[in-house]
This record gives sequence, structure tokens and C-alpha cells, in this order.
Amino acid sequence: MPATEELRRISSQVRRDIIRMVNGASSGHPGGSLGVADFLTVLYFEVMRPDPLKFDMNGKNEDIFFLSNGHVCPAWYSVMARYGFFPVKELGTFRKLGSRLQGHPATIERLPGVRIASGSLGQGLSVSIGAAIAKKMNGDSHLVYALCGDGELQEGSNWEALMFAPAKKIDNLIAVVDYNGKQIDGPVDKVMPLGNLRAKFEAFGWIVTDMDGNNIEDIITVLNKVKAGAGKGKPNMIIMHTHMGYGVDFMTDNHEWHGVPPNNDQAARALGQLQETLGDY
Amino acid sequence: MTDYTNSGSKDTRSGFGEAMQELGRTNPDVVVLCADLTPSMKLESFAREFPERFIQTGIAEANMICIAAGLTIGGKIPFTGTFANFSTGRVYDQIRQSVAYSGKNVKICASHAGITLGEDGATHQNMEDIGMMKMLPDMTVINPCDFNQTKAATLAVSHHNGPVYLRFGRPKVPNFTPAGQTFEIGKALLLSEGRDVSIFATGHLVWKALEACRLLEQEGISSEVINIHTIKPLDEEAVIASVRRTGCAVTAEEHERNGGLGDSIAQLLVRKYPVPIEMVAVDDSFGESGTPEELLKKFGLDTPDVVNAVKAVLARKRS
Repeated sequence: MPATEELRRISSQVRRDIIRMVNGASSGHPGGSLGVADFLTVLYFEVMRPDPLKFDMNGKNEDIFFLSNGHVCPAWYSVMARYGFFPVKELGTFRKLGSRLQGHPATIERLPGVRIASGSLGQGLSVSIGAAIAKKMNGDSHLVYALCGDGELQEGSNWEALMFAPAKKIDNLIAVVDYNGKQIDGPVDKVMPLGNLRAKFEAFGWIVTDMDGNNIEDIITVLNKVKAGAGKGKPNMIIMHTHMGYGVDFMTDNHEWHGVPPNNDQAARALGQLQETLGDY
Repeated sequence: MTDYTNSGSKDTRSGFGEAMQELGRTNPDVVVLCADLTPSMKLESFAREFPERFIQTGIAEANMICIAAGLTIGGKIPFTGTFANFSTGRVYDQIRQSVAYSGKNVKICASHAGITLGEDGATHQNMEDIGMMKMLPDMTVINPCDFNQTKAATLAVSHHNGPVYLRFGRPKVPNFTPAGQTFEIGKALLLSEGRDVSIFATGHLVWKALEACRLLEQEGISSEVINIHTIKPLDEEAVIASVRRTGCAVTAEEHERNGGLGDSIAQLLVRKYPVPIEMVAVDDSFGESGTPEELLKKFGLDTPDVVNAVKAVLARKRS
């Protein structure tokens, strides 16, 4: 089991990958990607630990993960590559013609690790529910994890899913909301406030847990706790508090870095703040 | 012409319902999702017999489509059931991203398609659905013509790996194709051979085309009737072979002219074998309340409309 320090080293490299990928493509979404780097690192390297060489679309008899807010895929691609799903050097093809690493995740290029396309928001939670139901039908006791954005919750279809999961006792699902409070047009509270999210989720019938998504120790503790509490008749929701752009000072908590790539100078400044631990691709 | 007999009018949706019950018994991977229209979709028997494989989503079609996509991850074969209107336009983006682009084995089953939904009126009469669905890459689009064929098509799509849009309707219509028929996706059916004109029809309009064929024969016009139950992939070979024999074409469907079967046939023939074409379809209009037969007449989708289209295309062929 990797120590906390090892996970921190991995997430530092993931952040370097994110900066280099969006800079290399001159496009992409660095802000949210940097924010979820710690969570995805812990989820793959510590909690799910899937077998990357045996990727199977059906994901039977293993925990599986769905990314609903597909625009933070630089973080996901990097974590998957560093974990061994595909060659690390392939990260350099992100958003380029002919790449398996599309601007938003896709299945058509058969990138190992990806089970559904995402990018158009508000679909991943429902997809995860479907996969969770299939697990139950198959007598598969493994879990389904889903990550979605906070701004994404403005899409109404999420609330169809939020209503459905408790009603149908989808208790093998652990959903995570990346609550960084930022979206393209500004603070979520200004664009379209989500109000008291915990109260809303609880009113719908979810078990709700808060988590510091930029604190490796807290992520491990909370994920293990929630995982242990799964299977008790209710779906689990984690409100994951993160900072958009975390790890790069001039990007942190600034919504303007949602979907703007750093230029070469900015990338160099960012990389100067992120230790190269596993070797750049 | 080959004569066809109505063995007793039935609704095509009941053919779907019967097939689903059969699939429930024969294929343990088949799962049904329904958005609060179980009786209308004729899914009561499946829901009763297989409650553990029947998912009631409530009036939440976007959630339903994406749950269906998720169910395929785990090897299930989900069939979603709601009206054509809520199976397509309402959930186009969910189908586009989570089903079609993701290549998921979801069967989108849509009843109450077209104008013959009747009295509920234009809010529910979707006549753009074929167009929307056929524009999605790799989507299969099927519109069977009667009860027996809808049942056969429903059974057939369960064996096809990939997204399918299966369209059928509400009213009782003549049931004239054989019970227990084998349904081959993408294979046009030559119902009646003829010399002068090819009539390509789909769905409820296939029977109207056969009626028109009978009337035209009395006037000495020999028409060929072809049932295009699969609009996509289109049986290009059969279409071209027929117009090679006849030299002109009429298309007939319960759908907007824009984006429908006629549009697919015309695209093909313009590229491969240009001949005069007339189209029996809705002319850029929403529907309205009325009985199915009244509406077919008013919107130009009835037997006399097929007859007139044939005469028009023959005049163009001769000139």
C-alpha cells in the first residue's frame, strides 16, 4: 500500500501532466483538473486499485468509476496513464488529431479505462446508477463511483437521478460532487446558487459526507469510511470541497482558469511550483 | 399483384408488448425501463412477470436513457419504453452522447409515433423522430408495419449488438404480415412486384401502399410495393434494383418529409440512380387533434394520396 507521501508524489506528477497537456494542446480545462487530482489519485492508487491490464468494458467483479464532468479529463487521463492503463507518453497526444485522448472522454477510440463518453453535462450520475443496478442484477457486490461538478448540478436531469437512487435503494453507488464553487461565468453562487446542498441531498434520501478534496489524508479516511458504510439501503454522496486550480498559486480559486490553457510562460511558472516526481512524459 | 389479407386489426405496440414478454422468458439479460407509460406501452405483462427486471423511472426520460446506457456496462440489454416524442427530442443529447457516441447496446422503443397518435394532438405527435435518430452515426432505425412485424422486429433487435431506435404506433391497423416471421434488420421486403412504379413505404403506410396498389391495378398501372421497415441502414441494393425495373419511385411514411424515409431514398437515388420521385409525407407542419383516419386524410397520408403520387410520378417519368 503506498504511503500518504507516495500518493502526494503521484498527485504532484499528475498536476505537472495536466499543465503540460493543456499547454501542449493549447486548449483544455486546467482549473477543475488540478482541483480533482488528489481525489482521483487516491481513488485509483489507494481505494479502487483496479487491474489496468485486464480492462473490460463490463467491469464485472471490480469497482468502477465514471467521470460525469468530462472536461476535467486531463486529471483522469494522467491518473490512468500513471496507474498503467495506457502508456504515459500517450498523454502528449491529448486533444490532437488521431488521439485516443479526446478533448472529452470517449469510448470510440477504445482508450482502456473509459466506459462512457462524457462532456455534455448531467448524464454521468444516471449512467452510474445504471451500472450500479447492473452490478446488483449480476450479484456483483463491487461499488460504482461517480464524479460530477458542482456547476453541473444546475442541469435538471441530475435531480431526476438524485430522486431515483434513494427511491430504488441504489446503495452500491458512491457519488462525489466536486464542490469548488466555480464555473465558467464565475462563482456558482452568482451564476446559479445551489443553496444548501447537504440539506437538498439529505431531503432526497442520500447519506451525505463532507470531504476535503485537496487533503490526501482526509480523502483516504472519508473514502474508506463511506465505502464501509455502503450497502445499507441508501446511496452515498460525498460533497468534496476543493479549490479550482489547486497547486498553482496564480490559478487557485480563480474561475478564469476553468477552460483556459496556460501559455508557455505561465506553464513554466506553474511547473516551477510542482515537483517532478515520476518523470515527465 | 400479390394479395394481402388483414387477419384482424391490432395495434403495433401490442406486438412490442408480446415480444417483450417473450424476451423476458428467453433472455435473462433483457431489462425494461419505462417512464410512467406501462399500460400505453403494453408492458404490463413484462412488469408483472419480471418485476426484478422492470425499472420504473417515473416521468424522467433523460435519467431513463442514461440509466439504460449504464446497464449495458454489466452486459444487460436494456429496452426503454415511452412515446416517440419523449424517446427522441426530449432526450436527444442523452441518446447522442451516452448511447450512440458511446456505442451502447440500448434499444429505444417508441410508441405513439406519427400523426395516428390522434386525439392528443400536436404536442404528442412526433413526426421528426426518424430524422433525428437517423442522423446519429451508427444508429439503427426501424419502423415495422403491423402487429406481427413489430413483434418480430422487437425479438430481432435483442440479437443486434448496438443502439436501435424502434418506432411503432398507437392505433389498431391491419395485421397482414405472417405471424412468426423472421425479421432481418436492414432487409427491404418486396411485397408485390410491379413494372411501372416502385412504392417504398414504411410503418402504417405500408398497408396504405398496398391498398393504393390494388386501386392502381384497376386502372392498368402496375406498381411494386416495397416495405422499408429498416430506414437505417437502408437496403440500398433493393431500392436501386426496384427502380431499375420501374424507372420511378414514390415514398410513403407517417413522418415529416424533411428527414424521413423519402429523404433517405432520394439521397440514395440522386447519387446512384436518378429517377423521378414523389413523396407522401407531412409537408412541414405540426399535427392536430382528430381520429387517426381523419388525420391521415387531412395531412395527405391516405390511400388516395399514394395513388395521386403514383400518377404524378408516372407523368414526370413519361415527360
